[in-house]
Amino acid sequence: MVPLLLTLKVAGWATLLATLFGIAIAFAVARLRFPGREVVDAMMTLPMVMPPTVLGYYLLVLVGRRGVIGAWLNDTLGISLVFTWQGAVIAAAVVAFPLVYKAARAAFEGVERQYEQAARVLGKSEFEVFLRITLPLAWRGILAGSMLAFARALGEFGATLMVAGSLPGRTQTLSIAVYEAVQAGKDDVANFLVVVTSIVCISILLASGRLLQPRYAN
Amino acid sequence: MHIEVDIHKTLRSNGRDFTLDVKFACDDDLGVVFGPSGAGKSLTLRAIAGLEKPDYGRIVVGGKVLFDSMAGIDVRANARAVGYLFQDYALFPHLNVEENIGFGVKRWWERKLSANAARRVAELLDLFELRGLNKAHPVQLSGGQRQRVALARALIRRPDLLLLDEPFAALDPLLRERMRAELVAMRGLFKVPMLAITHDPEDVSVLAETVIVLSHGRVEKVVDVKTAPYRDGEGRVSEESIRGLLTGMDKADPPPIPRKAIRAVK
Repeated sequence: MVPLLLTLKVAGWATLLATLFGIAIAFAVARLRFPGREVVDAMMTLPMVMPPTVLGYYLLVLVGRRGVIGAWLNDTLGISLVFTWQGAVIAAAVVAFPLVYKAARAAFEGVERQYEQAARVLGKSEFEVFLRITLPLAWRGILAGSMLAFARALGEFGATLMVAGSLPGRTQTLSIAVYEAVQAGKDDVANFLVVVTSIVCISILLASGRLLQPRYAN
Repeated sequence: MHIEVDIHKTLRSNGRDFTLDVKFACDDDLGVVFGPSGAGKSLTLRAIAGLEKPDYGRIVVGGKVLFDSMAGIDVRANARAVGYLFQDYALFPHLNVEENIGFGVKRWWERKLSANAARRVAELLDLFELRGLNKAHPVQLSGGQRQRVALARALIRRPDLLLLDEPFAALDPLLRERMRAELVAMRGLFKVPMLAITHDPEDVSVLAETVIVLSHGRVEKVVDVKTAPYRDGEGRVSEESIRGLLTGMDKADPPPIPRKAIRAVK
């Protein structure tokens, strides 16, 4: 059960991170006109098409002990992300991010501008328009995206292994534990972990499918 | 209510240019911008509300300068104190009738409306005969009910000016007649100056004291229709004379324009 709980913790935090950043960046790309918008869009989608091990390598370059961000974190705050569950969170968040981002961008673009304009004419600031109109109307699409991101984060293997390794009880998540179990010939453990993972993933897919159904149609 | 509009904007789409070059003033409390579709009516109305930024020009509503490119003034839409009735009402689909009407008087950090605001919402629900529908969502409402909610939502903030975008175009003809009468009654109650845009001569005959005729992005003429020959004995504007305005071939000779009421500029 330890890998399952650890995986839920890692995937939960990763989804939260991916959702917050996904909403912010998707809103900017969907609503603001700035040069290089399409480049930003492509960059944000990149983790979806790149091999997770390549992503993991980039992350090591960034947050590893000698990495650009990693060295600073180590020197000033004494934090090291490599081989920790927090490192696994970062890896899973990056891999899962495009799923939230894509869904959120589509959801924001699906919100009719007229509702936002109506709210503005009713005296509301941009912040309030976002909080009370845009976000609530896009919420279901965003939520569907974060559920897919959660599912993706649950199954994360490559990038997580590169950044956090496979320390039983500390960074060994479900999918890594399955791999280790099969390698060690522990078929009963592998079977159990596989069934648990499958049930969680199927439930998430069903739930996110329901969320994507239109709600306010005539 | 003195309204002064002098705006210029060029739109480019699919290689075709549309130039809006509209200048008029209106001192009546009921103004109607009248013209065929594509004349620039919507753009004009949206510019007054602050939803569209003119390339240059000036907009004054009741002594407040809302836009003046020379002076660098561009009051944001949320600070213009102008009500706007959208053609298809733009009721917030995720909020019920009560929440829609109260939207403009509820602050984001408040979980519930203030006592004062709640009372005003209740008043408007009564006034617009929406009492039993307070928890209904927009999709459950008929066209007429939607319009009432949209009107109540705009009026709760007591705007200086109410802008109406083709107010009856989304309704079937039978209902249109009734909602026109309702709007006139409401207008008597709230005393809010209105500026409507329409391509329907019927709307003009019911709503207008001043008609601003627009075509191809320009003001063709500004006509005071408060007096003969536009008004018959019952004070109704004859539809025929209004139709004449659109085609540019007046059936009757237009009356001299009183200086006081209109400062039309072409």
